[in-house]
Amino acid sequence: MILVYINSTNGISKASFEAVTYARKLGDVIALSNGTLSSEELAQLGTYGASKVMVDRSVNGDDQQQVTRMIAQAASSNGSNTVVFSHDLYGKSIAPMLSVSMQAGLVSGAISLPDSEGCIDVNVFSGKAIGKVKVSSSSKIISLLPNSLPPEEIASPCPVEEFSSQVGDAAIKVISTKKPEGEIPLPEAERVVSAGRGLKGPENWGMVEDLAKTLGAATACSRPVADIGWRPHHEHVGQTGVAIRPDLYIAIGISGAIQHLAGVNGSKVIVVVNTDPEAPFFKAADYGVIGDAFDVVPRLNEAIQKFKAS
Amino acid sequence: MKILVCISKAPDTTSKIAFTEGNSKFDENGVQFIVNPYDEWYALVRALELKENNEGHVTIITVGSAGDDAIIRKALAIGADEAVRIDTDPKDAYYTAMQIAAYAKENSFDLILTGKETINYNGSQVGGMLAAGLDLPFVSLATKLDVSGTSLTVEREIVGGVQVIEVEAPAVISCAKGMAEQRIPNMRGIMAARKKPLNVMPAADIKGLTEFVSYTMPGEKSAVKMIDPENMDELVALLHSEAKVI
Repeated sequence: MILVYINSTNGISKASFEAVTYARKLGDVIALSNGTLSSEELAQLGTYGASKVMVDRSVNGDDQQQVTRMIAQAASSNGSNTVVFSHDLYGKSIAPMLSVSMQAGLVSGAISLPDSEGCIDVNVFSGKAIGKVKVSSSSKIISLLPNSLPPEEIASPCPVEEFSSQVGDAAIKVISTKKPEGEIPLPEAERVVSAGRGLKGPENWGMVEDLAKTLGAATACSRPVADIGWRPHHEHVGQTGVAIRPDLYIAIGISGAIQHLAGVNGSKVIVVVNTDPEAPFFKAADYGVIGDAFDVVPRLNEAIQKFKAS
Repeated sequence: MKILVCISKAPDTTSKIAFTEGNSKFDENGVQFIVNPYDEWYALVRALELKENNEGHVTIITVGSAGDDAIIRKALAIGADEAVRIDTDPKDAYYTAMQIAAYAKENSFDLILTGKETINYNGSQVGGMLAAGLDLPFVSLATKLDVSGTSLTVEREIVGGVQVIEVEAPAVISCAKGMAEQRIPNMRGIMAARKKPLNVMPAADIKGLTEFVSYTMPGEKSAVKMIDPENMDELVALLHSEAKVI
């Protein structure tokens, strides 16, 4: 029995459906969640192959030690020796703690199913190489890198059962939570429009935001732009900022230093707009446009609007 | 406040990535090693700022061979008070975290900081494992950290936003961008680092849980297709029909 942990505090993400799809290829799947999402929504996990969903509504998820205890108890009561996570902010935090409490080897950021020897591929060296990981313990934990395999709808909604676990007192007290309205969170965005120093100043970001809005994309930036304060730090993608793997990454006025590429080289399709034909980013791009961002970006925006209208 | 900062050795970000011994080992030949940037820029520098504001003692710890002493001296030059090296090959994240946990249990700390991940293995594993091994609260992806007595106020990234939380020390916190700014060691720091204690400790008897058996390089990307800047309709058509992303 494979247990999949689903964080449902923001609804169920595409990455969660991917994790269930992945787990189903390993065996029978029970999905485990916490929080207040309705049973109708949780039942959708059955569509991707979960045989049932267990939910502990008393665990709010702010204290990840508590979530870890909940998962460990669910794994033991179901006799699961494999737990699958999505390698998102929650998986990155909870899976390592669970690894210790279950004495289960952790494969973090998996991009493949186990091969015939049980080895699983992960990205290493910030996407510059792929490593094969073998787990030597009898139990294992796999956190699946989002966007590594497409979710497959194969069945119908499944039953949802209440689950009650003993998680102890919360050590973490939440003071405030800030979620910017209307913005698409960068790590989950399927499309990202990003800009760099080539834009010459923060006052010129309007066209980037317009293009992002037309595409339903998140906005991002290069490190120098975040460092000089043109854009907030949480928009910085690259080796020391956020690493992203959207379907479409549009880079405007970014030269493509190796540290920037390390954060975006998992993108499926990369479009680069730059005035400098020698910009190293063109080597990593699928489509390149040599031109002035101030001409190209509004024109691209118009072309997409025209396409969407047609 | 006694602070432990976990640091790891990582290849410089511009290093050529290659493998040896039948693609089973990272080729260190000609590679310049640095302190993993998340450990140095965010965890270590914030620890030093906390020490400067509140008094305290900053110990850095790494798991590795004598070849790691150069990056340890660099961290000492930036301002850490002393260093500990657990003298063994860091076999996997679990092994590494349990070695650090064994040391931390013997030498109680009020605060343990790690970087959010290393730039070579990108696993984000050691911080959470260390917290679990010590049965301490774990706060991941912290972007701000303030201390008042034994109370820690932490701003952390959550999906779709940021959250401010409070937790009582001792706790383990993984640090991301926003915590602090990079510091360049000065000559006085470099000189002082030579005299600071570097304690080499034997490894605890622990078994790893995972192993990297081999490495491959990702396939070459196909050549870039250049589009006329006057013809954005063509780009949109290609993104739709060829790339299938819009």
